Amino acid sequence: MSTPIAQPVRILQLYPNDMNIYGDNGNLQVLKKRLEWRGYDVEVVSYNVGDSLPMQVDIVLGGGGQDSGQAVIHADLLKIKDSIIGWAEDGVPMLAVCGLYQLFGHFFQTSEGARMEGVGIFEAETYATPERLIGNVVARNSQFGDIIGYENHSGQTYLKKGASAFARVIKGAGNNVKDGQEGARFKSTIGTYLHGSLLPKNPAIADFLIETAVTRKYGSFNEKLVDDQVAQQARRIARNRPR
Amino acid sequence: MPQPFVIIFGKAVRSVARLRGGGSALPGLFVERISPTFVADTLSQLPKGVVVITGTNGKTTTTKMVTSLLESQGLRVFTNRTGSNFVRGVAAALLGEMNTKGKLAADIAILELDEAHAVKFTDVIAPTHSLFLNVMRDQLDRFGEIDATARLLEKVALTTTENVVLNREDNRVRNIAEKDLSAKVHYFGLGKDVRAHFPNDDELHHAPKDTGALPDAEVVLSSLAQPHATLLVDGKKHDVTLKVAGAYNIYNAAGALTLVRAILPDAPLDKLLTALEGVTPAFGRGESIMVAGQPLELVLVKNPSGFRLGLSSFPPEGYATMIAINDNYADGRDMSWLWDVNFTSLPKVDEVSGIRAYDMALRLQYDEVPVSNIEPELPRALRHFIQQAPNSPKRIYCTYTAMITLRKELAKITDVEEVS
Repeated sequence: MSTPIAQPVRILQLYPNDMNIYGDNGNLQVLKKRLEWRGYDVEVVSYNVGDSLPMQVDIVLGGGGQDSGQAVIHADLLKIKDSIIGWAEDGVPMLAVCGLYQLFGHFFQTSEGARMEGVGIFEAETYATPERLIGNVVARNSQFGDIIGYENHSGQTYLKKGASAFARVIKGAGNNVKDGQEGARFKSTIGTYLHGSLLPKNPAIADFLIETAVTRKYGSFNEKLVDDQVAQQARRIARNRPR
Repeated sequence: MPQPFVIIFGKAVRSVARLRGGGSALPGLFVERISPTFVADTLSQLPKGVVVITGTNGKTTTTKMVTSLLESQGLRVFTNRTGSNFVRGVAAALLGEMNTKGKLAADIAILELDEAHAVKFTDVIAPTHSLFLNVMRDQLDRFGEIDATARLLEKVALTTTENVVLNREDNRVRNIAEKDLSAKVHYFGLGKDVRAHFPNDDELHHAPKDTGALPDAEVVLSSLAQPHATLLVDGKKHDVTLKVAGAYNIYNAAGALTLVRAILPDAPLDKLLTALEGVTPAFGRGESIMVAGQPLELVLVKNPSGFRLGLSSFPPEGYATMIAINDNYADGRDMSWLWDVNFTSLPKVDEVSGIRAYDMALRLQYDEVPVSNIEPELPRALRHFIQQAPNSPKRIYCTYTAMITLRKELAKITDVEEVS
């Protein structure tokens, strides 16, 4: 068996110091291992407030945060906004969960009515509410099938007409309590309220991010299968648990 | 003084609930409904007041230590020993302890309360003393966010009348002192040699370490080689050998000692240290049960910091390991927390069980830890686990409701201390 020349893949983690709640770390671990199991070299770059942003990245991950975390990173996020928009336009696969999903929209409006400007990748607006939406979620997506996750947020997000949701909620709330939409999608960028973490129990989404990144960079992808039997069982149990 | 009929009826409900094998909160609910001031009225009789112990990890063991230390000084202590740590649970426990005239045979009450219930409790009665252990991510699906949890603790501190004891190593706890507290503030802390073993929540999540100057602590844990530890009390070294297991429990001993010295400034230190050495592990907090000639330890895990500290406190070498994860309401429904724990220190896991056994097994798959068997049904998993490692000591990491089920199963095959 010949040893293939290692092909590096660079994952950029946005604000792990301040936006790291709810096991978002699991998303990174799943991407890293599934790449490594297929023979790719993984480089994880953490970007925190005030760091210098790498010019080139293959996958971008962003997690949820507390209100205090969002406030800390907000000004910095606006500074790197143009780079992030550029990546999204170029088709770099990105996953933004919860707090960063909200800030990937146009704005987040606090309960006092102040608006935090967002990056604007998604045609989305988020409003703080007194109600916390918490619990197990099942959502459906034509590309990935059923998505199994857990939500915990008090901001409610509304997509503008014509904007693409990530999935349609079957169980749980999703973006808000009204329209049954979950998350947002722009090219290869996914925004979602789902953690749990999202990628461990949804390997199809993990492989989409990986395959998109590798194909963009190297033209082809080693599709070697990963044993997802345990993930399938975990999905089966989770979808039937109480909210 | 509570009305006698409330107590008599409450006690009757308690007896019936216990006959049915039911929970401890029902009689408390009953009394709360018919006499909302029952708990406040009863506790306000106590000459030495009311102590609240709160924080994310270690409340039960710390409460046990504080109780033992105070009892060693001759105080009669009322405590909510069952871990039913809600106002209602306190009411139920009071019913069990008082006579029908409403007299509680105690000098002081030591109550462990979770953060949200501690605030509700202090709406009813102001604590005389309070001890704040730590603020970690725990069951965020119930409390919302960790900063909100810290604000709950501030409220408890603000209502405390005499002494507030703070863990100076936890920034969210230490910052409570910045509030306008009427009580005197005391600190417990860690020496620099052991500091790295006890990351606070921000450090667990990669945020930079605190570098600011720390306030002086009255009791410092300066070295730890279980079961031996060194405590600096007012700067003087004292070596102790503890029965309580787990690094974080031993650190909380420093908090317990600080609190007791604040309550009883004249208590002889040597007596207190002797009492501390005699405290045994609490229900499911590293307690050891003999099963078929081998010890079996139950380690309760309920949040990432506790799980991580458990893994680093109990070396896996020579042990068969089982992990049991449930997601009932008392455990927290959200499984995200498993992804904030690093399991690579485990060479293997022999049995994975519980309602969310597959979530746990999936987590281990990504840390490349081999799993020998997955069996979601707890009784079957426990039997299999015991049979397949007849000659090894065993350790089970389990969530709260999984622990309750496992203890029931263990009671069928061996003597397990009954905790009512």
